Amino acid sequence: MGQKEKSAHVVTSAKKEHDKHESEHHELGFVRKYIFSQDHKVIGIQYGITSLLFLLFGFSLMMIMRWQLAYPGQEFPWKWLADFMGQANMPGGIMLPEFYNQLGAMHGTIMVFLGVVPLAVGAFGNYVVPLQIGTIDMAFPKLNMTSYWVYFLGGVTMLVSFAMPGGAANSGWTSYAPLSVIATTGQTVWLIGMVFLITSSLLGSINFIVTIIQLRVKGLTFMRLPFFVWAQFVTSFLLLLAFPPLEAAGVLQLMDRLAGTSFFLPSGLVVSGQPLAVSGGGSPLLWQHLFWFLAHPEVYVLILPAMGIVAEIIANNTRKPLWGYKSLVYSAIFLGFMSFIVWAHHMFLTGMGTTISTFFQTTTMIISIPSVIILTALLLSLWGGSIRFTTPMLFALAFLPMFAIGGLTGLPLGLAPPDIHLHDTYYVIGHFHYVVAPGTIFALFAGIYFWYPKVTGRKMNELLGKIHFWTSLVFINGVFMPMFIQGLAGVSRRLYDGGAQYAHAQGVLQWNEFMSTSAWLLGLAQIPFVINFFWSIRKGKKVEANHWDATTLDWACTTSPPLAHGNFKVVPEVHRGPYDYSHQGAQSDFLPQNQPGEA
Amino acid sequence: MEIPYTIHPRPDTGVYNAKLGVWLFLASEVMLFGALFSSYVLLRIGSDSWPHGYSILDWKIATFNTVVLISSSVTMVMSWASLMLKDFKKYKLYMGLTILCAFIFLAVKAFEYNTKFGHHLYPSTNTFLAIYFTITGLHGLHVIGGIFVNSYLWGPGSKMWKTQPERFTNRVEVAGLYWHFVDLVWIFLFPVLYLL
Repeated sequence: MGQKEKSAHVVTSAKKEHDKHESEHHELGFVRKYIFSQDHKVIGIQYGITSLLFLLFGFSLMMIMRWQLAYPGQEFPWKWLADFMGQANMPGGIMLPEFYNQLGAMHGTIMVFLGVVPLAVGAFGNYVVPLQIGTIDMAFPKLNMTSYWVYFLGGVTMLVSFAMPGGAANSGWTSYAPLSVIATTGQTVWLIGMVFLITSSLLGSINFIVTIIQLRVKGLTFMRLPFFVWAQFVTSFLLLLAFPPLEAAGVLQLMDRLAGTSFFLPSGLVVSGQPLAVSGGGSPLLWQHLFWFLAHPEVYVLILPAMGIVAEIIANNTRKPLWGYKSLVYSAIFLGFMSFIVWAHHMFLTGMGTTISTFFQTTTMIISIPSVIILTALLLSLWGGSIRFTTPMLFALAFLPMFAIGGLTGLPLGLAPPDIHLHDTYYVIGHFHYVVAPGTIFALFAGIYFWYPKVTGRKMNELLGKIHFWTSLVFINGVFMPMFIQGLAGVSRRLYDGGAQYAHAQGVLQWNEFMSTSAWLLGLAQIPFVINFFWSIRKGKKVEANHWDATTLDWACTTSPPLAHGNFKVVPEVHRGPYDYSHQGAQSDFLPQNQPGEA
Repeated sequence: MEIPYTIHPRPDTGVYNAKLGVWLFLASEVMLFGALFSSYVLLRIGSDSWPHGYSILDWKIATFNTVVLISSSVTMVMSWASLMLKDFKKYKLYMGLTILCAFIFLAVKAFEYNTKFGHHLYPSTNTFLAIYFTITGLHGLHVIGGIFVNSYLWGPGSKMWKTQPERFTNRVEVAGLYWHFVDLVWIFLFPVLYLL
């Protein structure tokens, strides 16, 4: 609304007033400029920094859990950290099961809702999309600022929940009822936090869709959009339409917890030997349906922007057009559509019936087709290219096999019969972590290395980047590969002792120590990245505005474009598709989208 | 440079930014209420016994409320139409009537809730009442939101009519789209909860 105010203000005012308005722009105070900023670039950076911190925090929770998994019941080696967790959680440095559950639930919540999605959509989407479509800002800048701050509030709420009596939410990131309904106060705070996060994504997704539809510059037709923009576009629709049912579910669960209703509580529920004094008549399955109606599209929210980033980097570093651009676009759209009708493949073991299972395993097999098309198109794009093995390209290349492992291991889970064996085992954990961690998060690292020069005007150090890449690649596989072995042996997830007290787990228990060590080394492997990230802001090699010789419009504007609608000095006009590399007969090996003429 | 299409529609899409934005917002609202109605269906077919809405709730007073809300949608359109005809006084009148209707609706709703509480009927009493209070409560929150928006456009926000009439008319149009949606939800909600 506010931007409309400004724009109309300028349109209708006299020149004198216009100048005054302009000077006001330049005199924006520190707070308006960097904290409550309405500029998409600043908001993108805010999202980026906040979500990276949450990623680190969520990862730390897991590194603490991995101690308990590797050495169940043993005293935590760092006394100060055990003391910091408090006597209620780690008496004498030994982790209590209740605390383990909190860490598990919050690890999932933080990584998904506060880490990966805000980084992939909030940070990259905000910074890059308006630049790639050649516009000066998002369609609704005030709304954009609001989404960030509502997200921030959601994050703070989640952190505060650790200080509640009984600690944070401890019913898993899926918050299955009725367990979550009778859980400690932390769960209520979790639900309130989720309402904030849902509102934030809702505002953000509306903003992205309107921006992409309305603010494309002249000549930038839909089929000339960079694939990254397409990915963000489909993602926004998923966020827009899949999150509200979770909001509804959250409201219902809040009612169950606070107003004594029984939406998710069946009749005759007995808790700790006592019949629960509620009216009953509710359905625990209802929660799962509503939750997975969001959470399955959410998987594609996690993966699509990553695919977009990888597509940009692959086209740029192979110096040739993406193979099958149209197939990529149609696959992404089809993927987005299908993702709304596969949710119950998470629920084969709930007793919902074989007919429904048959339907959902069929749709699940169908949705694997567009994913495979996308991956194959990206893989074929490498064919015959003279590949530049830069750090972003290494991460993008690693994304392909890592995501492939994640995707292919998902097929047995999508079919009901093998899922009976594999459901809720470490196999599932391995599967989706391959998709999200060495898949999406690697793509996000690739994006950071790739767009860092655009944001700062300096390049991140290549050597540190390569150390970061190779060590991360080795250790991350060390963490997740053994999970398949344990899962196939039948070790359940969410076990406080990592399976130590189960006979069938004894043959694979030795992997726990290996995985934990890999996880801690993976933590250490991020140190070069952190150093590189901060060091390069001031000391990195200075580079030109179009450092990577890229074709899309984000590289046509200056480095770190000026705030207050200053992205482009002249509004660009688009004359060609997004990846016109190695055009026959052209002067250089790349033709920017805004370059007129045939070649 | 300023953001384009804030007032005038983009030629190839035919809408201005805020209008597209509000349509998308309403799409998400459909999903929100759709999920709640689906929950209603699932809970009802899964339960051993389910009371008829009219045996617990007062359908007569709710019919009155339905009339009130539909009237408010009509006055909302009239207020926008008045602006299109450059008749600001009539706009004030119709917008004022819209807000008045919204208050009447809420007052009746409050009376209904109060009667239920008086008879010791709470959300925790049974699943029917639980879903009744939840859906109508959430709808009520939407009505309150609408009152805030409309009152702003009736009061302080209407100053914009003097400086940027076109933009102000757009705002009323967008607020109207939202208001019709709130009305529409009730039109689904009323038969489902009160009559079935």
